[in-house]
Amino acid sequence: MDKQVQFLEQVTIRYAGDSGDGMQLSGTLFSNNSGTAGNDVNSFPDYPSEIRAPEGTLYGVSAYQIQIAAKRVNTFGDKIDVLVAMNASSLKVNIPKLREGAIIIANSDGFDEKNLKLAKYDVNPLDNGELSKYNVVKLNIFDELHGALSDLKMTPKNEYRTKNIFALGMTYWLFDRSLEPSEKWLRTKFKKKADVLEANIRALRAGYEYASKSPDMPIQYKITDAQLKKGTYRNITGNEAAALGLVIASKKANLPLFLGSYPITPATEILHFISGYKKFGVKHLQAEDEIAGISSAIGASYAGYLACTTTSGPGLSLKVEAMGLAIIMELPLVIINVQRGGPSTGLPTKPEQSDLLMAMWGRHGEAPLPIIAATTAANCFDMTIEAARIALKYMTPVILLTDGYIAQGTNPFRVPSLDELPDITPKFATDPETYQPYRRDPDTLARMWAIPGTPGLEHRIGGLEKEDITGLVSQDPLNHQRMVDLRQAKIDGIANDIPDATVEGEQSGDLLILGWGGTYGAIKDGYDKLRSEGKKVSYCHLTHLNPFPKNLGDILNNFERVLIPELNSGHLKIMIQNKYFKSVIGLNKVQGLPLKSDELEEKVNQLLNIKGSN
Amino acid sequence: MQTLIDNIIQMPSIIDVKDLTPKDFKPDMDVRWCAGCGGFSILSQTQRIISDLNIPKENFCFISGIGCSSRFPYYVDTYGMHTMHGRALPIATGVKVARPDLSVWVATGDGDGLSIGGNHFIHACRRNVDLNVMLFNNAIYSLTKGQYSPTSLVGQVTKSSPLGALDDPFNPTSLALGAGATFVARAFDRDTKTMQYMFERAAKHKGFAFVEVYANCVIFNDGAFDEYTKKETRGETTVEIIHGQPLIFGDKKDKGIRMDGYTPTVVSIADGEFSASDLLVHNEKDSTLAFILANMTYSLTLPRPMGIFQSLDKPTYNDKVDIQLDYYAEQPGAFDYDALLRGEDYWEI
Repeated sequence: MDKQVQFLEQVTIRYAGDSGDGMQLSGTLFSNNSGTAGNDVNSFPDYPSEIRAPEGTLYGVSAYQIQIAAKRVNTFGDKIDVLVAMNASSLKVNIPKLREGAIIIANSDGFDEKNLKLAKYDVNPLDNGELSKYNVVKLNIFDELHGALSDLKMTPKNEYRTKNIFALGMTYWLFDRSLEPSEKWLRTKFKKKADVLEANIRALRAGYEYASKSPDMPIQYKITDAQLKKGTYRNITGNEAAALGLVIASKKANLPLFLGSYPITPATEILHFISGYKKFGVKHLQAEDEIAGISSAIGASYAGYLACTTTSGPGLSLKVEAMGLAIIMELPLVIINVQRGGPSTGLPTKPEQSDLLMAMWGRHGEAPLPIIAATTAANCFDMTIEAARIALKYMTPVILLTDGYIAQGTNPFRVPSLDELPDITPKFATDPETYQPYRRDPDTLARMWAIPGTPGLEHRIGGLEKEDITGLVSQDPLNHQRMVDLRQAKIDGIANDIPDATVEGEQSGDLLILGWGGTYGAIKDGYDKLRSEGKKVSYCHLTHLNPFPKNLGDILNNFERVLIPELNSGHLKIMIQNKYFKSVIGLNKVQGLPLKSDELEEKVNQLLNIKGSN
Repeated sequence: MQTLIDNIIQMPSIIDVKDLTPKDFKPDMDVRWCAGCGGFSILSQTQRIISDLNIPKENFCFISGIGCSSRFPYYVDTYGMHTMHGRALPIATGVKVARPDLSVWVATGDGDGLSIGGNHFIHACRRNVDLNVMLFNNAIYSLTKGQYSPTSLVGQVTKSSPLGALDDPFNPTSLALGAGATFVARAFDRDTKTMQYMFERAAKHKGFAFVEVYANCVIFNDGAFDEYTKKETRGETTVEIIHGQPLIFGDKKDKGIRMDGYTPTVVSIADGEFSASDLLVHNEKDSTLAFILANMTYSLTLPRPMGIFQSLDKPTYNDKVDIQLDYYAEQPGAFDYDALLRGEDYWEI
């Protein structure tokens, strides 16, 4: 049949099915393929915290969502344009997220009596007209695969295991994608399993073929390329970007890397990646608990390594005492905290920004340390290197805050070459004539770093208060005051060594949106939309949270009102009000979900209307 | 992979190792333990042993947690860290895994090492990290001024158990053996020669070396171990376990330990029924035997064993880490950072 071709600016696709249906793989392959095709891509896996939830259930639905566009995309999309639903439950839970007129590719095999019952449907929604607002493509993937693979003499069960690849093939036709990148990937993946490879390649082509002939799919969509800056690109999750950042920071600092870590969702992948980097001389210890994770890293730091620990909320709570030790011993340490919903176990797989105040003030005693935050998955790479730079230059632990959304989501990462990245230049003390454990660099206030094995610099450090310069144990009241002040001044001084904050839009006026960390994409989308509608609003996004950029106070003073959207009950708001005595308005969402751009738009419009009516 | 650390490792020592004496490890500061504390003896034996190991002064690192014992690193003039309550072992593990060229020692106590640090203790044992661990057992929390510890006895009256402690104690040597420590020994503060021997063996042992030392606390638990450590009584109450030797004890060396099935029993070798050849012969390489001996500890009828329970040869965790890295450093793609950054799935624009 003749098919129409339509050009689109952007589209959001969601693959949904049972936890074991392979939806994460369909999504990942589509996402990489779209990058190859020159689109900008943003994706997010959304899966239950159960490993294999009971089949067919509403809570067992696993999904992967991708937004692709011919321009910059900052989020994985608020509303779904194309839904692949492998069973009844995966349709039901996603209906509220569908845009009107969305395409639903529904696998009717997953809508049998048992599946309908598990999804709590009394009648089959594919048959009773309740989906009339959408364009439903109904097919039985089980039968289609049986037809396409029958001569391979596989069991029907094994044939059906390729259903995710069949569905992927359908969407490849829908968006006019080449099959080649995924076929290449399959050939590498199943190099040693010729039969599985053959089945998957056939399933991919069969899906493509089916879609090209289906009368239910009359339109093929094209998305032109996003004209990204020239270079080599790959899709990357925030966790992989952080792991790469650590390896590269250690290379640029000419120090070996040590990671001490304990598995915890959603930070575990950093440990996975690092443990696989044995070709890069990286040492890691999967410790017996969170405390041992950071403690071993402190040991490695004292011994002269770029040391790191990675964790999420509950683990950060357990590492608190050790952070204080690293602060008083003034040793470099990178602490990556992938924020998730809390308190306690909370929402392990869901993003939140509710650890900021704990990072800032959650330690006993006067215990300041630098805090930075990453904005996107790819930005986790740069911010990890920045954390290492600050830690090594200022001899301090640094907390890098990411969150479950950017840690597990992907966006295209322009791959830098090793040479184009700046060197980090730590120095070990070697001169017994001038060395004192707590003698400081007058510019940075960093103490000298003398590592075991250095002749003549033998010294002891520890958690007891230190005498200024000598580092001997001291209970002297005035010395304690002096050391508290010095430790604070050292952290405050980092403000001279970080980029100024920048404002998009007018540099002064009525309303400034002030964001931080992983909400960047949603705020940026909302901000761009508001600007395109002619709304007068400006935008500043923070990556350095302690200390703040030096010019932040001036920026805040240039605006009458400041709106802070954040995924917590007002942490940055408290910090800004505390430091600048500036009253700010919060947009606070604590639902275990990422911020959505329309939520920001609504709030801004509401604020602009209030002002307008005055 | 050459890094800045290699430049440090290659620096020549200031003091030749052959010239090192215990004095070189005595810092210019007062030792602030109570007069008569068991710690003094442990400190002197340590300074003596480490000056004889042919290891440069700058290549030692002493790590401790919190407690009286944990002041130890301040009193040894080399590298060291006095850290957090219970956390000396993971910190020391980090040091040793990072820097296998260092001789890493841990000073801990019954509270620090077995209570708050209990989890780290069992995991350090099983990993077989090449550490030398001295556990000062005084069966009391001293720095907090006298509460019962995990090695205090049932019924022990302390500030936090005025009517007697209710919980059963750990036996540190059994715990270490159960957790997989490859070297396990027990010494006591009054016997300096034996302690020196055990520290030397511990230092030379490749792997996790654990030495429990009965250390008297003169203030809060004075005389807790007198029965086993004083010259007047220890002949009858303890048995020295020596590799390849039968277990003979008693002031007159007239008794021995004989196995009755799986049960060690005390027999006389003076009345003609049994002789030394009937007795249990110690073998440091036999881990089943080590368990049996360690389990004699709290027996009311058997003498308490002192000496090296076990010394097994097993690859250390830190060596395995290095072997793995050395292997992968020779593989194709090693240190190709640009390839790492690109990953497997990339595209050009």
